[in-house]
Amino acid sequence: MAKQYKTLGEDIWKNRVETINAELFIFTYGSIVAQLVKDFEDYEQVNKQLEKMGYNIGVRLIEDFLSRSGWGRCTDFKETMEVISKIGFKMFLNIAPTVTNWSTDSKVCSLILDENPLNDFVELPLDTQHKLWYSNILCGVLRGALEMVQMQIEANFISCVLQGDDISEIRVQFIRHLQEELPNADD
Amino acid sequence: MILSLYIINKAGGLVYQRDFNEGLQRLSSNDYLILAGTFHSIHAITSRISPTGNSDGLDLLEADGFKLHCFQTVTGTKFLLVTDPSHHSVDGILRKIYNLYSDYVMKNPFYTPEMPIRVELFDQNLIRAVHTAL
Repeated sequence: MAKQYKTLGEDIWKNRVETINAELFIFTYGSIVAQLVKDFEDYEQVNKQLEKMGYNIGVRLIEDFLSRSGWGRCTDFKETMEVISKIGFKMFLNIAPTVTNWSTDSKVCSLILDENPLNDFVELPLDTQHKLWYSNILCGVLRGALEMVQMQIEANFISCVLQGDDISEIRVQFIRHLQEELPNADD
Repeated sequence: MILSLYIINKAGGLVYQRDFNEGLQRLSSNDYLILAGTFHSIHAITSRISPTGNSDGLDLLEADGFKLHCFQTVTGTKFLLVTDPSHHSVDGILRKIYNLYSDYVMKNPFYTPEMPIRVELFDQNLIRAVHTAL
């Protein structure tokens, strides 16, 4: 099964995705984060804003993911995470984070980002140590996208190479299935 | 022949309706809303009365004079396509319409999700896609 996700992800990346210049993308994201840091002067707030922005992206991006991949509903959270990594991340960022460190009840796991295009050329100021999660937008994207397919989750960075850690790790926790509830308006 | 398209949001509200042929009988705008809401409820019921477990609910409605195909996305949005009775497979065109929706509607930053769709680029591309599919 895992192989099938990988093949599909690569096929979509090669044939059904339009790419843009990576530098333009990196600069755009970088200037957003830098501007937020300037405006809020508080890294906690910046993390929150990035997460919110990601959420608003996620609720839209999920339609693009579904319509392009033609993927149906996953059977369980484990499959969901594999699909997110091998097809989702592949489609939008051309990376496939490793899904690992499952909790025994299969509700919590980690995405290890071996590479992360958002990080390219980035060096954080020293005083951000373990306060600013530069790529926190990704956590929001995950939450927004999964909420649209009736899954409530929480995602947080617990380590990041930009902070001097060995790996970048997003911890993802499944909370519950949403039953036909109305979605929240944009944050 | 494809006659018209309805898009129903996950709450059962009609967010889009378009006819593709001249001279089709129109309902009042209030009736369209009622129709969408009613269809939404019936769809929910049909997905629950399945005696064999999981069901995605009403998929095709055949009537004298027309067929109504329903495609529900994983996110809960419904695309209803009304065709003439001789029309068989609509999978291709429905998939194409979903693509156009995700491109021109959802990627438009000034479109608010779940609200009525008034997006010119979507209209244009939709009409083109339907006419080439004929």
